[in-house]
Order: sequence, then structure tokens, then C-alpha cells
Amino acid sequence: MELFFSQILDGLSIGSVLLLAATGLAIVFGLMGVINLAHGEFMMLGAYVTYVVQSAFKPMGGVIFELYFPVSLVLAFLVTALVGVLLERTLIRQLYGRPLETLLATWGVSLILIQLIRSVSTAMMLGIIVGVVIGFFLSKLLGAKFSEKPFFTYLNGLGWAIAIGLGLIAVNVFDQIRPLSKAWFGPRNIDVTAPKWLQGSWGAIGGIELPGLRIFIILLSALLLLATFWFLNKSVWGLRIRAVTQNRQMSNCLGIPTDRVDSITFGIGSGLAGVAGCAITLLGSVGPNLGAAYIVSCFMVIVLGGVGNLLGTVLASLLLGIIQSVIGSGTLLTIFPDMPLAAKGVIEFFATTSMSLVLVFIFIIVFLQFRPNGMFPQKGRSVDA
Amino acid sequence: MKLFQRLVPWILLAIALFILPAALDDFRLNLFGRYFALSITALAIDLIWGYTGLLSLGQGIFFALGGYAVAMNLMLNTKSLAGGNGIPKFFENYGVAQLPFFWQPFWSPLFTLIALWVIPAAVAGVVGWLIFRNRIKGVYFSIITQAALMVFFHFFNGQQKLFDGTNGLKTSTTELFGQLVGSPDMQVWFYRLTVLLLPLAFLVCRYFTSGRFGDALIAIRDDESRLRFAGFNPVPFKTIVFLVAGALCGISGALYTVQSGIVSPQYMSISFSIEMVIWVAVGGRGTLVGPIIGATVVNYLRSLVSEALPEAWLFVQGALFIFVVVLMPDGIYGWITKGGFRTFLAAFGIAKKSNTYPQLDKEAIPVD
Repeated sequence: MELFFSQILDGLSIGSVLLLAATGLAIVFGLMGVINLAHGEFMMLGAYVTYVVQSAFKPMGGVIFELYFPVSLVLAFLVTALVGVLLERTLIRQLYGRPLETLLATWGVSLILIQLIRSVSTAMMLGIIVGVVIGFFLSKLLGAKFSEKPFFTYLNGLGWAIAIGLGLIAVNVFDQIRPLSKAWFGPRNIDVTAPKWLQGSWGAIGGIELPGLRIFIILLSALLLLATFWFLNKSVWGLRIRAVTQNRQMSNCLGIPTDRVDSITFGIGSGLAGVAGCAITLLGSVGPNLGAAYIVSCFMVIVLGGVGNLLGTVLASLLLGIIQSVIGSGTLLTIFPDMPLAAKGVIEFFATTSMSLVLVFIFIIVFLQFRPNGMFPQKGRSVDA
Repeated sequence: MKLFQRLVPWILLAIALFILPAALDDFRLNLFGRYFALSITALAIDLIWGYTGLLSLGQGIFFALGGYAVAMNLMLNTKSLAGGNGIPKFFENYGVAQLPFFWQPFWSPLFTLIALWVIPAAVAGVVGWLIFRNRIKGVYFSIITQAALMVFFHFFNGQQKLFDGTNGLKTSTTELFGQLVGSPDMQVWFYRLTVLLLPLAFLVCRYFTSGRFGDALIAIRDDESRLRFAGFNPVPFKTIVFLVAGALCGISGALYTVQSGIVSPQYMSISFSIEMVIWVAVGGRGTLVGPIIGATVVNYLRSLVSEALPEAWLFVQGALFIFVVVLMPDGIYGWITKGGFRTFLAAFGIAKKSNTYPQLDKEAIPVD
């Protein structure tokens, strides 16, 4: 039975990470109808921010090093939120009202982010800066002279193409200088060591050890969930976000700045993903491909829980986490050793991490046959609600 | 001019059948064979996405199923690969003594030829029907097809005893008609087969997109609710078109497998299925020529970039996704046929401006 509870605890902590990531995704999806396939890569960014902060704190050692984790939580949130806002302002805004296209474009973003983390070096960073600066400069220069001309769009595109080419040349030039060409992270996985106060046990209840890491993750996500709940329901911007979620056009008419609402929501959603990534570093080593492992589960949480409903997201993610961990580890067999042979065979068949995912997805597809709009569907009278 | 337009497809076919094999070496020809095989998948995706508005991120399932069907048959019928008890050697590694029951029918080549498109079609039909009858659509449909893809991926990846797991099934060392499948001679034959099947797939797609059935598909894409209010039930239309696309993907997967020499669970990876969609987007969705152009161009570009700078491909691919979606939503073919090229020339004062009202075109907001 103890084993069972520790598996449940495991499941809860996985579910909490899912919850953090899925909450961000759910808010954005509910508000803008946008599916952000780069969400998993925001988690990855959060994890790498944690790694950087840890590396920066390492030389200080002692008590200060122990405090790196709270700092990295805040920084992970800020950095990913910033990247999220940037993405929303530059790309997603262009695709408003075309959810399927947004899906493809954000996938493109995720590919670029993955490769960027793999091969980013000081040389590449300098090259990118050179390219962007030249690009803006050319675009300003051309804009001053030709902005009235019909061919300006094409000329501008040409200018940016030249800027990208020059940026590439710059990367190659900087690459020749040895210390600049070293990759920051490389394609391999990185490890973050948890601070001492998180390692080990935080006491025991009824003979069951409470591993500090897992309890911390569960508490963290509960806290952030409450904060999100408070923000959405009690703050002014939360009110605006809810209004735009319900009826974008009417909110716009009533003077709510919908574009700023979009930016803020997207930033918060991305920031939550960053915090989730920060928490993932505690569970094991992380690599550039981290996002892919979580993103599909996050979507499943949204589909299962229903859109724009925090309670549904909570239930769905915890459920998924627990099922995955209990079935995947085969704990059921050790707890109930004398179950019928047929059931035993089935459970053994699904008792690996990947096969438990199969079971979970099949379960979801069956579930949707009875509740097509998730556990808590949005009520509404429009055809497509 | 009319005559010329009628002749264009035949000329292209002749070039693909006679000139390309003479002009390219074995390796390049094989690559082009693969591109054309992938073009069939692109056509299938165009059928369901470009015409019906269903963005499936799970076509890899059907692609891989077709590939596995062919590979299983080839593995079984190759004497040199058989282990002690007459079944493929890899089973011995996992201590499997008896052939799993579902491998049995694949002894027969005839069954395989039918199964490689019927099985994907059946799976597509069932999955499609389960999804469509609940009126799950739009982004939800995409997510669920992606989840289905993950189900199949993990299943094939995790079951070493049934499918050799991650390793996949290698076909290049198998034999067909007493010859190695991987040999240059056989590859040329597979190339010819692909070139002949691609126009057939094109005709199938044209059959489904023209006439009343095609009109219904476009109606579903543009406003499904309105179609429903007009008294039509969109479910059968969507199911049928999804099923046909599944069958086409199966054929495409089989052709691709014999030419690439292996089928593995990687064909069901998330990224590969999304890539398929972008071929269609680059070529031009909602047209039947576009996907073929897109699949060939993107994959050719991929070969070029990966050969020169393997690391750069993901950057290029990501940029391509963004560029096409934001700046060129009609794709290459659509850009040319829908007047993008003329506008381009007109901007530089080379061609006359069209007589329409450009500001109207600009203001038209895409309805979704």
C-alpha cells in the first residue's frame, strides 16, 4: 500500500507539472483560440534558464547557492513571458482568426527554438544581432525613400533577405574565432542539481515518506494555480481577459484594449510554461527535445478538461498524471497480486511509460465519445461553441 | 495554347519516365522516386485539408501502416532472412518462436497488395467516424489526430516482439522476384511504378473534388454549420474523404518504404506528420497540382540543405513554416494562379494592373 501511495504522489507531481503547463495553454486557447505548438519549447526555455542560473550561482557556493532555485523560478517566468509576448506581437497577431495556420506557424517557431538551443554559441548570437540590426536599418532607410511606391513590400523583403545573408556571413566570420564558436549548451542533455533543502525527505505521514522534491512541485503548482485564479477573477486585467474570452467584439466595442489583453495573456501563459520547465529540471535531466514529450499530454489535458475552465484543467491533469504513473510502473500488479489472469495480462502489456501513454490516449478518445466537449463544456448558444 | 495546356501533363510524365532516369544517377533517381511517393501523401492531405478543411496531424499513421504491410510481406518471403523456424530472424532476439497471428496473412503477396491500402483506409474510416460523429472539428480535430498518432507510435515503438520496435523493418536486404529490393535495378522499377501511380492518385483526387461531392467538401470547409442547416449530414462526406486520404497515404507509405529501404516507427513521429502538411501549404492547398510541387520542392530543398549543412535544416524548415503561413498562404501554385505573380510584376510597372479593386482584396478578412 505504501508503494501505491508513493506512486500516487509521483503521479501527482507529474500531474502538477502538466497542470502548470496546461493552464498556460488553456488560458491562451480559451482567449484567442490559438493552439501554441511552441508551448513545449517554452517549457524547455524555462529549464535552460534554470540551468544558466544554477551555473551562475555555483561559484558563490554555500547558502547563496541554496537559494538559486527561487531566483531561477522568477527568471524563468520573466524570460519565457518576454519571449511569449515577443512571439505574440510579431507573429501570432498576423494570424488572428486563422487557428489552423497559427498551429503550423508556431510549430515552425518550435523547430527554430529547438535548433537554436542545440547550436547557439556566442558567434551565432552576434550574427543574429548583426542581421537584425542591419535588417531594421535597411527597412528604415528604404521606408524613408520608397514607402509610397507600390513595390515597397517586395523591396522591404529583399532588404531583410540581404540582412539575413549578412547575418549568416557574420556568423561564419565570428565562428573562426575559437572561443566564440563554442556552443553554449550543445545537443546533449543537461543536469540541474536540486538544492539541498529540496533533496531527501520532508518527514513522513503514517509511515509514508514525503520526498521533498515532489511535495515542493505539488505545492508550487497549487500556489501558482491559486495566483492565476486570483488574477483571472479579482484583478482588473483578469476581468478584461475574461470579457474578451467571452465576446471579443463586444469587449472591443466597450473599450477594452483587446490587443494588449492578448499580449498579456500570451505572456502569462508562456511564463507558466517556463515555470513548469523549471520544475521539470528537478525531476531529471533535460534536453532540447523536452517539449515534445509534454506538449501532447498538455493538449490532452485541455481536450479532456474543456476549454476555459480551470477546474477541468486541474482534474484532467492530475488524473492523467496519476493514471500514467500508476499504470506505467505496474504498481497495480504488486498491490493486487491475485487478480484474474486476463486482467493481469492487460496490465502487464501496458506497464511501461510509453504503453501507459497509449492507454491514456485511448481512454481519452473513448471518453470524448460520451462527452465531446470535455468534462466541463463551455455553455453557449452559438453554433460552434 | 489550348493544345499545349492539354499536352503539359503528358510531357511532364514523359520527362519523369524517360528523361529523368537517363539524366540522373541511381542515388538521385531514388531520391526523386521518394519525392514522388511523398507527393501522393501530399495529395491526400490536400484532399482533407485543402478541400475539406480538416487539418489532420496524424497522416503518418496511415503512411506507416502501408509501409509496414509491404515490409512484413517482403520479410516473410525472403529465405535468406529467415531464422531457424522459417520466420524472420529478429523474432529470435526476443525469444518469439511462433509468428504472431496477424503476420500470417502477409505471406500472400495478393493479400498484401490489397492490405496496404485497405488497412489504412479501414483505420482512417473508424477513427474518422468516431471523431466526426461527435462534431469534433477545427483545432480539436488536429489535436486528436495527433494523439492517435502518438498511440500508434508508442504501440509500434514499444512492441519489439511484434514489430521489432524502434529498429523497424528493413526492406533493402529483402528479395522480390529473386532480386534484392535494394538493388539499383529494382529501385528503377519502383521509381517507374511510383511515377505511374502518382497521376492515378491525382485522378482519384480530381474525381473526389469535382462534381457534387467536391462541392460538398468545399462547403464543409467554408461553413460546415450552414451546410448542416441546409439539411446535409456532413459526417459521411468527411468520413469518406478521410478514408480515401488514408488509403492514398498507405499506398504512398508502401512506395516510400521500398525505396528508402526501411520502415520504422519514426514514420509516425509527430514532426514527420506536420511536415507533410507543410508540403501542401508550400505547394498551394486547394489545388491538386500544388501538393505535388510542394512535396517535391520541399524535399529536394531538404536534401540539398542537409547535405551541405545538416544543422541548418531545422532553421530553414522553421522559417519555411512561418514564411508560407504568414506571407504566402496560397502556396507557390496558388500565388501564381491567383494573381500574386501579376501583382508582383505590376508593382514594378512591368505588367498592367488588373481591373479589380485591390483595396477590396486587401480588406477581405479570411472567414474561419
